[in-house]
Amino acid sequence: MIVFKEVSKVYHIGGEEVRALDRASMHIRKGEFVSIVGPSGSGKSTLMNIVGCLDVADSGEYRLDGQPIDQYRERELTAVRNRKIGFIFQNFNLIPKLTAWENVELPLIYQKVRREERQRRAAQALDRVGLLNRAWHRPAQLSGGQQQRVAIARALVTNPSLFLADEPTGNLDSRTGEEIMRIFHELHKQGNTIVLITHDRDVAAQAARQISIHDGQVKEV
Amino acid sequence: MVGQSMKMALKAILANKMRSFLTMLGIIIGVVALVVLVSLVNGATTSVTDEINDLGSNLLTVSVSDNKGRPMKLEDVTAWMEEEAIALTAPLNQVNATGKYGMEDDSVQVCGTTASYAAIQKLELARGRWLKTTDVENVNYVAVVNSTLAEDLVGYTDCVGEIISLNGMRFTIVGVLKEEESAMAAVMGEQMTAYIPYTAALRVSDGLSSEITTFYAASADGNSMDAAEARVKELLMERFDEDEDAFTVINQSEIMDALGSVTATLSLLLGGIAAISLLVGGIGIMNIMLVSVTERTREIGIRKAIGAGRGVIMLQFLIEALTISLIGCLIGILLSWGILAVISAVGGVAFGVNGTVALVSIAFSLGIGVIFGLYPANKAAKKAPIEALRYEG
Repeated sequence: MIVFKEVSKVYHIGGEEVRALDRASMHIRKGEFVSIVGPSGSGKSTLMNIVGCLDVADSGEYRLDGQPIDQYRERELTAVRNRKIGFIFQNFNLIPKLTAWENVELPLIYQKVRREERQRRAAQALDRVGLLNRAWHRPAQLSGGQQQRVAIARALVTNPSLFLADEPTGNLDSRTGEEIMRIFHELHKQGNTIVLITHDRDVAAQAARQISIHDGQVKEV
Repeated sequence: MVGQSMKMALKAILANKMRSFLTMLGIIIGVVALVVLVSLVNGATTSVTDEINDLGSNLLTVSVSDNKGRPMKLEDVTAWMEEEAIALTAPLNQVNATGKYGMEDDSVQVCGTTASYAAIQKLELARGRWLKTTDVENVNYVAVVNSTLAEDLVGYTDCVGEIISLNGMRFTIVGVLKEEESAMAAVMGEQMTAYIPYTAALRVSDGLSSEITTFYAASADGNSMDAAEARVKELLMERFDEDEDAFTVINQSEIMDALGSVTATLSLLLGGIAAISLLVGGIGIMNIMLVSVTERTREIGIRKAIGAGRGVIMLQFLIEALTISLIGCLIGILLSWGILAVISAVGGVAFGVNGTVALVSIAFSLGIGVIFGLYPANKAAKKAPIEALRYEG
């Protein structure tokens, strides 16, 4: 499902060369629940950006669902993000002036899904995270946990091939964090592929498989 | 997609009501300036044009510039009335004189003319009678005055039989004209005017000679106008030994054409100035849109992350700019309509919103929305998603 071969990414910060990813190779199969752990500055954000098609690698091969992502240009990357990837961010990244419902509907609007279909699926997604009764609240009127659940609903509304979560519990207290993790386990049980990026070893340990990243180098734990 | 972008644009505009309104204000003022100024010029033109039309479409004005030792005399002009193509002729000699009534004195415009002048110029009497041919023949010291003179110099309108003095000569008022109702008269005020027999006018001022320099001719109706003009020219050519430069014949349509080109230039000039303020409004839109793009960097990042392409982001911001300028334009047109209604009520002349200029201002606002929205929209669309997501507003 995800094939990384010798992927490298170099940043130039103030004339200094930073190897964020150094010939990283990994393989994640369909339906796996994988966590990627590493301390800050280890290159895990870069890895997540490249896996999530938000950024492109300098060299190496990346295939997602058999598609040669490393060959793709902006337009195609946008389409892949829209249809294949469901993002869940540490700081939720909901659009503040839109309601929970509208936030969930948004990826479907960009997919040009018809209105009735959109409404049916948005309602379904919100129901799956148990927030249908909060559909008309704006993010500011929701608690952190609720906002993250809206973000999960937004990710799953498109039925993505891959859920990509970047520190999803990082901004939440431990009890709410557990609730969120329970949703991920449920998604996993339903056969979804989940990649969870974290620096929290306890959270990482909940995944079936752990990959650690250090100084841009990837290895299995 | 466009529908969704419209919804998003409206939401963004409503989220920042005060700011959106202030941005629109530039466009509103620009549109009001454009629509009101051009509508005023057009309204004034229409009312002046109507007045000229009221004068009749069968009027010819003849100026004689070179008499070459064979001056036109009153008899010549009067004789032309016998011509089949020409219905009426009347000479006009104008001079300023000091008018006196009792202790009052003021400058009065004295017009020396004949009996047919009233018919040619369609002057209407409120009281008394107009000059008669016998008044001209017998050099009677009688005068027909306009309502301004009656009110301001004599003191009341029903002044037939009163005696005024013009440059020291005593004239009996035999008629008073109706009050002028035109917009021009209302705005500029009317001069005091006394119409006296052509022959009597020659005695009022040394400045006047018996040589006719200006006279009017009228055809029987508008249709026989061309024939009358041709005949008058023919007679004048005969009279001045085929010298075309000795006289000028102006008909009504030429005056209208001249007036038309003057007012067209005027509306273009005023419209141009107003358009500049509209342009400034457009720059205001661009300014705010740039601020808005920066403020919403994170939102743009989120949208791009979940699958909004460049085109969609661009469309969203472009429609936002367009919506602001269009709403501003519509408010401007409504406001102009209100302002013109007030001006009409106060000024007594009807001014309406000119349809063409309203359409032009809509087109202009659309253009401004696109031109000044394009740069910020493009800036938003080009943002890299990871950098946009990292942005801390």
